[in-house]
Amino acid sequence: MRAPTDDLPIRFENVTVSVGAVTILDQIALTLVSGAPTVVVGPNGSGKTTLLRAAMGLVKPSAGRITWGERENVPPARRAIVFQRPIMLRRSASGNIRYVLGSSGIAGAERKARIGEVLALVGLEHIADRPARRLSGGEQQRLALARALARDPAVLFLDEPTASLDPAATKVIEDVVCTVSEGGIKVVMSTHDIAEARRLAGDIIMLHRGRVVETGAATSFFNTPKTGEAKKFLAGELLI
Amino acid sequence: MPSDASALQLVLTGDPALVAIVWLSLAVSLSAVLVAALFGLPFGALIALTRFPGREGLIVVLNALMGLPPVVVGLAVFLALSRSGPLGSWGLLFTPQAMVIAQAVLVTPIIAALTRQTIEDLWSEYREELTAMNINATRRIATLIWDARFSLVTALLAGFGRAAAEVGAIIIVGGNIDGFTRTMTTAIALETSKGDLPLAVGLGMVLIAIIIAVNALVWTVRRAGERLAG
Amino acid sequence: MLGRRSLIAIAASLVFGVCAYAQEKSIIVASTTSTEDSGLFRHILPLFKAKTGIDVKVVAQGTGQALDTGRRGDADVVFVHAKPAEEKFLAEGFGVKRYPVMYNDFVLIGPKSDPVGINGGKDIVAGLKAIKDKSAPFISRGDRSGTHLAELNLWKLAGIDIEKDKGPWYKSIGQGMGAALNTASASNAYVLSDRGTWLAFKNRGDLAISVEGDKRLFNQYGVMLVNPEKHPQVKKELGQAFVDWLISPEGQKAIADYKIGGEQLFYPNAIDPSA
Repeated sequence: MRAPTDDLPIRFENVTVSVGAVTILDQIALTLVSGAPTVVVGPNGSGKTTLLRAAMGLVKPSAGRITWGERENVPPARRAIVFQRPIMLRRSASGNIRYVLGSSGIAGAERKARIGEVLALVGLEHIADRPARRLSGGEQQRLALARALARDPAVLFLDEPTASLDPAATKVIEDVVCTVSEGGIKVVMSTHDIAEARRLAGDIIMLHRGRVVETGAATSFFNTPKTGEAKKFLAGELLI
Repeated sequence: MPSDASALQLVLTGDPALVAIVWLSLAVSLSAVLVAALFGLPFGALIALTRFPGREGLIVVLNALMGLPPVVVGLAVFLALSRSGPLGSWGLLFTPQAMVIAQAVLVTPIIAALTRQTIEDLWSEYREELTAMNINATRRIATLIWDARFSLVTALLAGFGRAAAEVGAIIIVGGNIDGFTRTMTTAIALETSKGDLPLAVGLGMVLIAIIIAVNALVWTVRRAGERLAG
Repeated sequence: MLGRRSLIAIAASLVFGVCAYAQEKSIIVASTTSTEDSGLFRHILPLFKAKTGIDVKVVAQGTGQALDTGRRGDADVVFVHAKPAEEKFLAEGFGVKRYPVMYNDFVLIGPKSDPVGINGGKDIVAGLKAIKDKSAPFISRGDRSGTHLAELNLWKLAGIDIEKDKGPWYKSIGQGMGAALNTASASNAYVLSDRGTWLAFKNRGDLAISVEGDKRLFNQYGVMLVNPEKHPQVKKELGQAFVDWLISPEGQKAIADYKIGGEQLFYPNAIDPSA
């Protein structure tokens, strides 16, 4: 079990993110704490991706502030993110892992072991030497996950990681998410798949049009949603 | 070059004077590309990755400098290196080093401008990932240069092509001295002016063959590398 | 010739190293394209090197340019063929002393078809007059070279103010002798050339010697050491050794021995005080 780390809790204090005249996140106030996975749900365009990127530290709020462990502007040393369409470096699969371990202080045999470990976790050890950009979509997603985990993060963000994957690859990703969550890593993940949210979530954040509509423990969200939007969303009737 | 031997004879028999000229041409142009890369690669990468007032203007100027007229560069370097010029005490005028300097000046903008474009494109692709991985600025530059290496090699090749083909700059700063600063292009200019056109044409064909050979070599290396690293 | 050693020197002192060559036993001689194109240096310089071990690096330019190179101190010796320009160079203090070395002559080259009716003649003034009167195409070097200055002088002797009287038939190309001959060959025009370059020239087309043998076509070469008082880094001992060798019986013989197709190109006359 991992002790609570410096980056948590992640606190959004009245955060607004706008690009030009468009408001993507509207006065968000929430807190991410260590524990079971937090899953962010909501229809397309509700701001899930931006929320995750802001929590990662990649997006500067136009108003309000974000703190990590009560501090502002913490570099992402202990956080990692798997993007919806991850970019592979022009190296082999193991080369990608080796790259992120470059500034980790691990070297030699220990590093080699770690690379093997993390590739095995996502089931890619058999193609360690293949050029990463030649991997299939599912393999690249798994490699991106391995790459994020290799950095030994305290918080792991995943932005719709299974959106374009087949059921087999989806299962691999979800299994890994469960495993690392049980191992003490705080997982914050977005999905448009309600069934997946049910499978993985410890607690839910629901977004609609850039606003937090409802939050709470997963069981209470799914069984007894409080807001009208949440009810419609769970019934599959909330589109945009 | 013994002017009664036919050009083909000289090429086939590996006439030592011809070999020396080819060797010098390659040495000068390759050295120039090396120097230009030393300056141009980091400079281009820096412009690609930083924001500062006047950046757009600098990029326009850099792109324009790719078309620097060689003879103008030759004249400028000549005036600088002349004994009566600011760098005269270096005693470099009419030497192969002067030719390397002149060609390096010509080629650096090409490498810098192409590097900037390549790195900027790759950065827009890599930016989020590298930022999320908490990679520091120096390491970012190294990563971008390494990952863009095949495109950058093409930029170097463009520079080499420019250097190997030009005559205007090196004939001014080198003086086309027999056995010392005479390269393929300056030899062609000389033999043409002496009216020995068949020999000039022969030298021209050798020059083109060499440039093609260098390109083919780089192409092979690049294909092999791409197959390995994707 | 370039060897491994030189290439390593290039690599090592790529751009900004102190030039290794400055310490070598070598001099830079600024001379003319006509002397270079005739092949004379290929013949005599190895003999000089064998005797003294000194490498002579010849930068071949027009006479005007060669003298300017001497003025800037970029050469140790100047070896050109335009006595008035050389004496001006001396008067300005850029040269130490002028020694006559050799002479050749100029020849008027023109189309074998003889469009102005002067072929075979010995009168250059008459020839030039005919060319101007019939507006026959004429190529001038136009580059302040010894040949160019001689050409201008001959127009003057013919009573023609060429600057005023030239027309589209007179083409001033601003380049060396070889380029002028190429241009003349390609456009079937007249051109004044030194005999040496003409004998060595291969791309003759329909051209041949039109007028030769006129005493006014005499072309004298002189050599000067660049004044070390104006430019202290001039290699004065090595440069003087070259000057001395050129006017020595050995050097003079080497010059006389240079032939193309059995024909002597340059006539040594260092002992002639009026040259």
